[in-house]
Amino acid sequence: MKKYLKSFLVLLSSFILILSMNSCKDSDESGDENAEKDDGSTVILNVYNWGEYISDGFEGSMDVNREFEKYYYELTGKKVKVNYTTYATNEDMYSKLKSGAGSYDIVIPSDYMIQKMISEDMLIPFGAQTIPNYVNIDEQFKNVYYDPDNMYSVPYTYGMVGIIYNEQLVDPEDYERQSWDLLWDEKYRGKILQFNNPRDAFGSAMYLLSLDINSTDREVWNKALDKLKMQKPLIQAYVNDEIFNKMTTASAAIAPYFAGDFVTMAYTNEDLKFYYPKEGTNLFFDSMCIPKSSKNVDIAKEYINFMLTEEVAVENAIYIGYASPNKLVVKNEYYIESMGETAMDILYSASPKDLNAEYNALYGTTCYESFSPDIQLYVNTLWESLKTENSTELWIHVTTIAIVVSVFALYGYSTYTKKKRSRHYRIKK
Amino acid sequence: MKKLSQIKHSAAAAPHIVWAVLFILLPLFIVTYYAFTDADGAFSFENVTSLSEYLKIFGLSMELAVIATFVCLLVGYPLAYIMARANPKRQKLFIMLLMLPMWTNLLIRTYSIMAILDDGGILNTILNTSMHIVGTKGAVIFGMVYDFLPYMVLPIYTCISKIDKHMWEAAADLGCNSFKVISKVIFPLSMSGVISGVTMVLVPSISTFYISQKLGGGTFELIGDTIERQFVTGALNVGAAISLVMMLLILLSLAVMNKFTDSEDGGIIA
Repeated sequence: MKKYLKSFLVLLSSFILILSMNSCKDSDESGDENAEKDDGSTVILNVYNWGEYISDGFEGSMDVNREFEKYYYELTGKKVKVNYTTYATNEDMYSKLKSGAGSYDIVIPSDYMIQKMISEDMLIPFGAQTIPNYVNIDEQFKNVYYDPDNMYSVPYTYGMVGIIYNEQLVDPEDYERQSWDLLWDEKYRGKILQFNNPRDAFGSAMYLLSLDINSTDREVWNKALDKLKMQKPLIQAYVNDEIFNKMTTASAAIAPYFAGDFVTMAYTNEDLKFYYPKEGTNLFFDSMCIPKSSKNVDIAKEYINFMLTEEVAVENAIYIGYASPNKLVVKNEYYIESMGETAMDILYSASPKDLNAEYNALYGTTCYESFSPDIQLYVNTLWESLKTENSTELWIHVTTIAIVVSVFALYGYSTYTKKKRSRHYRIKK
Repeated sequence: MKKLSQIKHSAAAAPHIVWAVLFILLPLFIVTYYAFTDADGAFSFENVTSLSEYLKIFGLSMELAVIATFVCLLVGYPLAYIMARANPKRQKLFIMLLMLPMWTNLLIRTYSIMAILDDGGILNTILNTSMHIVGTKGAVIFGMVYDFLPYMVLPIYTCISKIDKHMWEAAADLGCNSFKVISKVIFPLSMSGVISGVTMVLVPSISTFYISQKLGGGTFELIGDTIERQFVTGALNVGAAISLVMMLLILLSLAVMNKFTDSEDGGIIA
């Protein structure tokens, strides 16, 4: 025992030594940073983006934020530091900005959220045309419905939702139907995943039933809810980012998700395949915007411009895996080679080919528009009722009641015996 | 002279008072304020009256928390007893082993449990089975027990190890067999430890949201999840109202629990 303890202590102390060495290094670095700050010219640029949504220097990729700092210093001779933070959902980002908890210079929300933020006067109309590299953006991504005059946003990525399935676990005749109804297939009970956010989950039911995803009619939403309630017994889990783990380890066989993330998952597990349902699906855009709280609008515009240069956009597109609206990226040979044929096919060929005309015709049916507060509240209520549907099981009630009753019985018994005892002693006295 | 010492006393207390006001009273006030106003800031009872919708979720959260606490007590009490009776060197090792998992963040531990118990997870791969564990209530209860067990064991352990060693001998001398020593003497004497253990497990179990999200597979919601979603979707007032009601419920259950301790020992809340 003692021997083990000794070796453990040796290990521990060496570990602490390494740690302290590291921390020395860290403090040296932070010393440098302080020195930079001391000359008074370093400006902080606050960038607020989705998680895993920028090339960050991982495994030899470009660290875009550090490169921008260098680029900006060479350009202007002024020092800027990018303070990069991330969020998991549009709603997280919105509530943080709305509550005034943070001041940001760049945010990258999705279409319907941009629409909502514009209507609530939360974004700066900086004018996309004033950014030189905006010419790199493909024409079909300009004048889109959420920002018709290109005043508030510059497209960063776009993509579509499709169905990911595991070839080993799903029969060919089922995935060859290429339909949303695979998510309702009784055969795969307990192997199906669903989005854990109301918008996308309701979307899947509404596409299947050919309902209007932006409907303001409560009846339409009720119909979608009924469909989701039918699906609930078959669902293994309602997921967000857990999907990566569950699909790559084959814990689940079928899941709806974003094409760009499928590309990432397929690298890990080659059995995973993908299709766009024939009934139609969601098309989304994530665009760079400058919120009203920004204190460095000019640097923010320079940042957006930097993101649109060919080299940076290619690095980002490879890292993120989502489709890029940048003309130069799609033509870039290094990009095409790194993505591979299947990924290129899924990301680009399957999405609408006809430029502006087809997109504009589709906006109404395939893109999410921001809800009115009334409908937002109603959809939330429906989502709750889906979650509480059949949520308790009998054994839970029985066990709880048994526990509570036995605790009270025990307490009653002990007070009874105590009273009896004290009465006994009193008589004796 | 007396005044000076009084000033010194209050000066020493000042940081704590400032802390209490800033981080306890003020937040409480803000929660109450939001709970009784609507989105425009006007006084309203609507948030509180609308809570009947969440009755089912409240019920389920309470039930799962009660079961998890009971399992913790069932597992934790014997462990604490064995620890307290072991020789001092062993005791240190026991405490070390108990505390070790707590050095890892709760979120990471929960995520790891998910990876282990998942349908295609490590456990099912090793056993070559296809058990469906994640996504059931049992998995959530297991997660609560795993994450909160040390909070049950430590107060009970402290309490038992403080009991005079001669109590065992005295009880045995007076005719108790080893079972009766524990049930009639040691358990009643360690009641205050049990109560604080139960409190420290029950309260975080009721309000947890991460464990239920990851291990529950999102097929049902506990009250913590509901509150989180209200704040994320911007329904601050409803979220505040649920939080307030939950605080009252917890206060109520603590008050009930205090009944179980003898008054001379003192309870969690006086």
